[in-house]
Amino acid sequence: MSLETLQIIWFGLIAVLWIGYFVLEGFDYGVGILLPVLGRTEREKRALLTTLGPVWDGNEVWLLTAGGATFAAFPTWYATMFSGFYLPLLLILVALILRGVSFEYRSKRSDPQWRRRFDAMIVIGSFVPALLWGVAFGNLVRGVTVQADGQGGWIYTGGFLDLLNPYSLIGGLTTLTLFLTHGAVFVALKTTNPLRDRAQQLAVRLGLVAAVVAVVFLVWSQLAYSGKTWTWIPVLIAAVSWLAGIAANFRGREGWAFIFNSVTLAAAVSALFGMLYPYVMPNVDRALPGMTIADASSSEYTLTIMTWVALLLTPVVLAYQAWTYWVFRQRVDPKHIVDPYAGSLDTPAEAAETGARAREAAGSS
Amino acid sequence: MDPLDIARWQFGITTVYHFLFVPITIGMAFLVAGLQTAWVRTGNDKYLQATKFFGKLFLINFAMGVVTGIVQEFQFGMNWSNYSRYVGDIFGAPLAVEALLTFFLESTFLGLWIFGWDRLPKKVHLLTIWLAAVGTAMSAYMILAANAWMQHPVGYVFDPEKNRAQMTSFTEVLFQNTAVIAWLHTISAAFLTAGALMAGVSLWLIMRRKSGAEAMARATLKVGAVVAVVAAAALGITGDQDAKIMVQQQPMKMAAAEALYETAQPAPFSLFTIGTLDGSEPIFSLEVPNALSFLATGTFDGRVEGIDNLEQQYQEQYGPQFDLESYTPNIPVTYWGFRLMIGFGMLAALFAAVGWWAARRGRTPESKWLVRMAIIAPLMPLLANSAGWIFTEMGRQPWIVFGLMPTAEGVSPGVGAAEVLTSLVVFTLIYGALAVVEVGLLLRAIRQGPPEVVVDPFADHGDPDRELTVTY
Ligand code: HDD
Ligand code: HEM
Ligand code: HEM
Repeated sequence: MSLETLQIIWFGLIAVLWIGYFVLEGFDYGVGILLPVLGRTEREKRALLTTLGPVWDGNEVWLLTAGGATFAAFPTWYATMFSGFYLPLLLILVALILRGVSFEYRSKRSDPQWRRRFDAMIVIGSFVPALLWGVAFGNLVRGVTVQADGQGGWIYTGGFLDLLNPYSLIGGLTTLTLFLTHGAVFVALKTTNPLRDRAQQLAVRLGLVAAVVAVVFLVWSQLAYSGKTWTWIPVLIAAVSWLAGIAANFRGREGWAFIFNSVTLAAAVSALFGMLYPYVMPNVDRALPGMTIADASSSEYTLTIMTWVALLLTPVVLAYQAWTYWVFRQRVDPKHIVDPYAGSLDTPAEAAETGARAREAAGSS
Repeated sequence: MDPLDIARWQFGITTVYHFLFVPITIGMAFLVAGLQTAWVRTGNDKYLQATKFFGKLFLINFAMGVVTGIVQEFQFGMNWSNYSRYVGDIFGAPLAVEALLTFFLESTFLGLWIFGWDRLPKKVHLLTIWLAAVGTAMSAYMILAANAWMQHPVGYVFDPEKNRAQMTSFTEVLFQNTAVIAWLHTISAAFLTAGALMAGVSLWLIMRRKSGAEAMARATLKVGAVVAVVAAAALGITGDQDAKIMVQQQPMKMAAAEALYETAQPAPFSLFTIGTLDGSEPIFSLEVPNALSFLATGTFDGRVEGIDNLEQQYQEQYGPQFDLESYTPNIPVTYWGFRLMIGFGMLAALFAAVGWWAARRGRTPESKWLVRMAIIAPLMPLLANSAGWIFTEMGRQPWIVFGLMPTAEGVSPGVGAAEVLTSLVVFTLIYGALAVVEVGLLLRAIRQGPPEVVVDPFADHGDPDRELTVTY
């Protein structure tokens, strides 16, 4: 295959990895943010976390793979984007650190203050990336101030504040509201009543808000930054599928709603990548040169090797991840979590105190 | 401060920190898989207790390994963008393969293992922990191959048009001897780390007479001690091979490891030296004659090049292109790093063996010193690992890719000192706070000990109204 073909394939594959990341980890960010809203009791909170438990780390690896694949296939893009978006990326990393340990650690003690702190970290740790990835994509599509350094490299010459423009902020709200809705639908799909009902109603309301925000963002992107007619197609697919999702949800068909939402996320990412093409980092001033796929890409040899690796491994990964979802297909019923303090590493004295508190609460209600 | 220095500190801190958890994850994954296999085969409750108990410690540790690893994946682009661009064509490939091949494997099958006790058939469930363990070992291979390329770049050409290195042979990059030996050495270190941890914790449980834990702890003490001793032997053998390869590829690092200024034939190995910190003017030095010759060349009177000679040689070889002030790494760090690696590692294995001996045939030792040893033994391999990496990485200086790119040229040109300092401070603070939380939880889990009554988690399959056994 020619270098040009390989470059297009890899541009497409990186879009696929982002789609995988948004579709999968999108819902677990949503569930994370909604943890205190949907989980009214300790049992419900643990039920919500249990829906994510077996899958969240596997979902996050889609992001790591997107990062690794960008490094391998478009090193100049990887280098310039991650050094240029330094502070937002730092915030995202901090959020992912806090969130990741919190899943594992929050139920390890029964102390209510301990659990509240980790819950807060789950909320913040899910909120920050859900918002900032949208801001980052907004900035990519809008264009940034980049310059070739004359030695093969590119430098981002803008500052942090340049990244906070109205268009990109709407991009952030778009991913945030889409993920929130996606998360609520996932909860409706994975739990039993009353949690299920509550999540479903919330999903409808969130879906309507997201519809407005996302349409503004995608249409603005298309009109101002695309320069191609065909990207209307994924934009329209995204919009129609989202409405279908809301309708499915309204009628209690949360499985369909989940699928429609996923289609929207996939179509939206495709639209954004389509608008970027042939650039990976266009210049905000389109009269000036931006970084194209060709500027950023690896050699033909490396891209060929990586294509084989991706062709061989991706189906295997998809197969076992799908199997995981199948194994844990059963709904999680908070009633089955008999003791919400099970598994904690309390000392005997602390356990006694927790027991006393629980009896007191049971007596007063 | 210069952004370069801050970036180096930051990389050193975050990577050494990541590598505190990594060897525990790798070693423990295999040991827990082994214990569960023993349970499935024998049905003996003590192995189920051990699987659950050490599995809990493993997972508390694993969470930290994951979140600190995420930082590593993006750090190259953030702080070392010139480096990333210059070598991405080669270096990015193993990183991408690592994510696609191994991180998915580890994370997915570990999720299945944690939550699958009541959902999967017994043997399938056992398979999930084995797959996760194999994933950790393969992940180590990929990243070590990437690192080995920085120590000894092969399978590439320089492309003047794009001004960067380009890969010509992926198999050479992946399977060069530097990578293979680094993997064998590091995996052995992981087994020593996990073995010493298991032995130390088990000895502590025995000495504290933790109720219901005795049968398990005696079994795991033995497993831990045997693994630690065997791993220590493997470390000696692989380390010796590693040294021989290093002498050919990076002779300066070997000279720096011994603070050997003048070329010697035969060369002695000093166990320790008192005098100036960089060993240039020893007051007292305990030496083993001819040992360095053997370590470096395999013969007792082999010739080992000294620092002064090599410096001159490098000035002539690299000076015209790079014009660096010096090609000698920081000698005190490499000299002591090398000794602390060997010393702490071997001592850990010795402690594990002594603990096993003291508790042999049902004895319950009382000595206060043994309790202290039980507590120290798991910490020593962590120090040895850090020392080994600090030696390996600092010994390569001033190069980021040996002979190809000086470290100073690797940093991100567009990132200012303030930004790098911000991230250095933020990561250091968060990592410090998380260390306190993590160690606290590990200690709680150890004090709580294994579950006294174990129920076969596979006994009541199929009842839809059953209680969930494991939840986050
Ligand atoms: C010798 C082994 C080794 C070394 C040198 C490194 N790692 Fe590591 N890493 C592992 C061995 C490992 C592991 C055993 O596979 C971990 C430890 C805990 C875990 O979850 O997997 C891991 C986790 C881990 C993760 C999280 C994976 C997940 O979400 O499941 C990432 C992204 C990285 N690492 C990336 C890196 C990078 C970019 C490194 C280079 C600077 C690095 N690691 C050094
Ligand atoms: C494949 C894995 C690794 C890669 C690609 C890698 C790469 C690098 C890079 C780019 C630097 C910065 C340049 C410098 O200051 O030297 C560095 C420095 C360093 N690395 Fe590694 N490293 C890896 C693994 C590790 C591990 C696992 C450790 C230890 C646990 C480690 C310890 C260090 C230390 C201590 C420094 C600072 C050295 C100094 O400032 O002189 N490295 N390494
Ligand atoms: C006789 C004993 C040992 C010898 C001769 C030895 C030798 C070496 C050498 C030569 C290196 C540098 C590799 C390079 O830069 O190319 C190294 C690295 C390292 N050592 Fe050791 N070592 C010994 C024991 C240990 C022990 C006991 C541990 C830990 C428990 C350990 C952990 C490490 C680690 C983590 C590295 C860095 C990774 C690598 O490059 O393989 N070593 N060792």
